[in-house]
Amino acid sequence: MNEAQRLVDLIPRLRRYARALVGDRATADDLVQDTLERAWAKLHLYRRGTDLRAWLFTVMHNVHVNRVRATRPTDLIDDEMPELAQRAAQGDALMVRDLDRSIARLPEEQRAVLLLVTLEELSYEEVARTLDVPIGTVMSRLSRAREKLRAMMLGQSAASAKLKLVK
Amino acid sequence: MSEAPVTESDLQAYADGRLDPQRRQAVEAWLAARPEEAERIADYRKLAETLRGAYDPVYAEALPRRFGRTRAPWRRFASAAGWMTLGILIGALAGWELRETRSTLAPSADVGTLMARRAAVAHATYSPEVRHPVEVGADQEAHLVAWLSKRLGSPVRAPKLEDVGYSLVGGRLLPGDNGPVAHFMYQCSRGTRVTLYVRTDVAGNRETAFRYAEEGKVRVFYWVDRKLGYALSSGDISKDDLFKVANAVYQQLNP
Repeated sequence: MNEAQRLVDLIPRLRRYARALVGDRATADDLVQDTLERAWAKLHLYRRGTDLRAWLFTVMHNVHVNRVRATRPTDLIDDEMPELAQRAAQGDALMVRDLDRSIARLPEEQRAVLLLVTLEELSYEEVARTLDVPIGTVMSRLSRAREKLRAMMLGQSAASAKLKLVK
Repeated sequence: MSEAPVTESDLQAYADGRLDPQRRQAVEAWLAARPEEAERIADYRKLAETLRGAYDPVYAEALPRRFGRTRAPWRRFASAAGWMTLGILIGALAGWELRETRSTLAPSADVGTLMARRAAVAHATYSPEVRHPVEVGADQEAHLVAWLSKRLGSPVRAPKLEDVGYSLVGGRLLPGDNGPVAHFMYQCSRGTRVTLYVRTDVAGNRETAFRYAEEGKVRVFYWVDRKLGYALSSGDISKDDLFKVANAVYQQLNP
């Protein structure tokens, strides 16, 4: 099977990672698309026999870092928007949203490590290569990301427990 | 049994299930004597499960259309060709527009034909878009409709066209001759798109029958219904098929 086909086959994985990385669907798919375009253009740089998936995550990581740098100001249109009709939130969806938000609050580099390890199950060595950092850095970022996320989630459940008590 | 001391990295690797059996045993023994640490590591495992549970559904999602035919070199070519066609089309329409402006003294260009022309240009502009076909997607339909209604100053609706094979992609706001215009985009399972152009302030509050126009490659059915003018455009389907969709739109809006 050629790289082109394998690249296409990996799109679902890229989408899953991108969704966790940036949160909303449209932005995540934009990121995947930019990644694919970049990967197509740079496919000659990919060394056959190495892990195409890890290489793609490297490409995505670079694209993402550039996008984050480039798109800090958010649109002002929101001021013009009428109130959003609130969709009925199921308990599950609520929890996932909390998770989204908690992940979004992690520093960029910790988030990438956490997701590559837990979601994509890349080996620590692969993560180090993907992000181009020493493995010791991977381990310390992983540790810090988990501790922060845990604190946020514990804080949330503590807060909601308090709410229940108060009512 | 002389063991290296348990490090934080060991604990992380343990949480990830990546230790060899010997080391795992050592860590388990270490954790057994430290309930707080054991709880922390157990939480890490739960977090990882939650994370996978939350995002694995994305993995199983059907690929959005924009990834559906990722033959990139071909696609790039096709998109370049598409843009060229669009350029020619807009050029042609602009030329026409110019000619039109010069002859405005003639009473030929009524509101309807002008609207049809604007709708065709909007269709040609936005329907080939892969990245940003709409401003607000169908996943936020209530918001989209509320927003457009507010900007048009008149309640507009996005008709449901599933019965004729089209689902809403989303919509956007466009500038029109007499203020903002609502533009809805629909797509069938084969990827063919139709767009619905809705403008307010149509002179005379009247109703008209369907009328038909062809602007370049774009076919347009348009009509006026009380305060709103509608134009339904497509570049890809036959006049008969477009008529069916136009009918469905009309039925939906006039139940």
